[in-house]
Amino acid sequence: MIRATNLTKFYGGKRALGPISFEIEDGETVGFLGLNGAGKTTALRILACDLRPSAGSIEVGGADVVSAPHEVRKRIGFLPENPPLYMDMPVDDYLIFAGELRGMDRGAIKRRLPEVLDVTDLTSVASDAIGTLSHGYRQRVGVAQAIIHKPKFLIFDEPTRGLDPVQIVEMRNLIHDLKQNHTVLISSHILTEISQTCDRLLVLGQGQLLGSGTESELAIRESKIMQITVTVRTPPATDSGNPTAFVTKVLETVDGVTEVSPPFATLDSMTFSLATSSDARAAVTRAIVEAKLDLLKLDYARSELENTFIRIVGGHHGGN
Amino acid sequence: MAATSVIYRRELGAYLRSPWSWVIVSATLVLSGILLWAYAMKGELLSAIVLERFFFTTSLCVGVAAGVLSFRLVAEDRANGSLVLLNTSPVRETSIILGKYLAALTFLVITVALTAYIPLLIKLAGKVTISQILVGCVGLLLFAGTVLAIGVFASALAPNQVIAAVITGAIALGMGQFYQLAGALDEPVRGVFMDLDLWMIHFQQGAGRGVIHLKDVVYYAAVSYFFLLLAVKTLEAKRWQ
Repeated sequence: MIRATNLTKFYGGKRALGPISFEIEDGETVGFLGLNGAGKTTALRILACDLRPSAGSIEVGGADVVSAPHEVRKRIGFLPENPPLYMDMPVDDYLIFAGELRGMDRGAIKRRLPEVLDVTDLTSVASDAIGTLSHGYRQRVGVAQAIIHKPKFLIFDEPTRGLDPVQIVEMRNLIHDLKQNHTVLISSHILTEISQTCDRLLVLGQGQLLGSGTESELAIRESKIMQITVTVRTPPATDSGNPTAFVTKVLETVDGVTEVSPPFATLDSMTFSLATSSDARAAVTRAIVEAKLDLLKLDYARSELENTFIRIVGGHHGGN
Repeated sequence: MAATSVIYRRELGAYLRSPWSWVIVSATLVLSGILLWAYAMKGELLSAIVLERFFFTTSLCVGVAAGVLSFRLVAEDRANGSLVLLNTSPVRETSIILGKYLAALTFLVITVALTAYIPLLIKLAGKVTISQILVGCVGLLLFAGTVLAIGVFASALAPNQVIAAVITGAIALGMGQFYQLAGALDEPVRGVFMDLDLWMIHFQQGAGRGVIHLKDVVYYAAVSYFFLLLAVKTLEAKRWQ
């Protein structure tokens, strides 16, 4: 578990972070989301013991980053924004070096190395100098050095920065694989990356924690408006008068529904778009069933993460 | 100690792999040869005088080489981001500095060893002893190792290699001028500056003449220790910034 309490960092006289407090449970994949300068990298560097906090405390797996930094360092694997690579070294030598730095003996590293090369898809370039590799491969080497010593916690700062679309998908898949065995913290301002990879988000703005929760929770919390799209089988006209008016009336009476748009009708179905002030999916379903209508499909259009993000940080970014 | 050894091996490997390192070695050899020819081979001289002049000119070349080899040690890692790997590993700052310093010192030993053909030629053609040559080489390494320690400190302090070079040059040249400065001062300050002189007093008037004094060894060891300690504390302090 990671527990930060009133974590604060000053650069000179300028406050870069905090005070912020948060907890991350074992096995979670948490995204630090924020604009440039929001404090994401500072928070992750403190977690990785690359920086020391100015105030507050942070524990990683029960060890304090200030009083027991070596214990913390043994438990974390850190991939900074620019992977910490030695361009003159072959990939396998570099990974052996990284393992030895983390206190592994050569035998253990030799046994672990094939697995790490396989997971990161580096086997084919294992003996190549890092300086000759493409950006995507270098990023993979950065991930490999972070996992060589089987750390419990992985910290990735902007892991897809500078990658092409194919490499982004590959990196995302790699992170998905790593989630099985590690607690993963990722920072990014690329919203789709965060939303597709993380279980939970911590939204930072100007060094402050502006929000925390899943994407849906943040969307609901920040915007009480949800769009529900519901499709029902068109009822026979003889039973209910005008079918469109009947279904519209049923939907309008549901608690939380603020607006029902005119339906899109096909031969045997009607699709309505509802604006709601809360998560009214269950109530809408019940109302349709109680009115003896056939529910064919119900979906809700979540507030887009981009919109949520902009709303959350909007008031904290100097009017930008 | 294990971490020091790991860092030492990596850094030494980096020196041995880098073409720039060998360019520095080559330049040192060429310059020391040219300076020997231009300065020490004029007229008919005793072989002991030629050897003394060889150590005089070569100490300047090796001193500059030590400075150049040291610039990259920490500043390059900081500039290309690889220092983060060391900072986020369970490794003490002392191990980082010591591993890097010892690797550069080993490469300097290789450099000094490669210059040794000249004193050996002097021995073949003259009447110097192997002890004189060995003492001179040890003195060269003590002097260059101290310049290296100054360079490691500058490299830990500076954000890039250019600034590290300027700081190293300023400190080493400044300490090398203490002898000149002492000439313009009265006792007891004069004595203090004489004792702190980096080159003339402790190298040229000692090992450079085939005599090694314990006070010179202590001086170089103390100055090296001082700057390496400063480098360690600088690395530690950078984490708080």
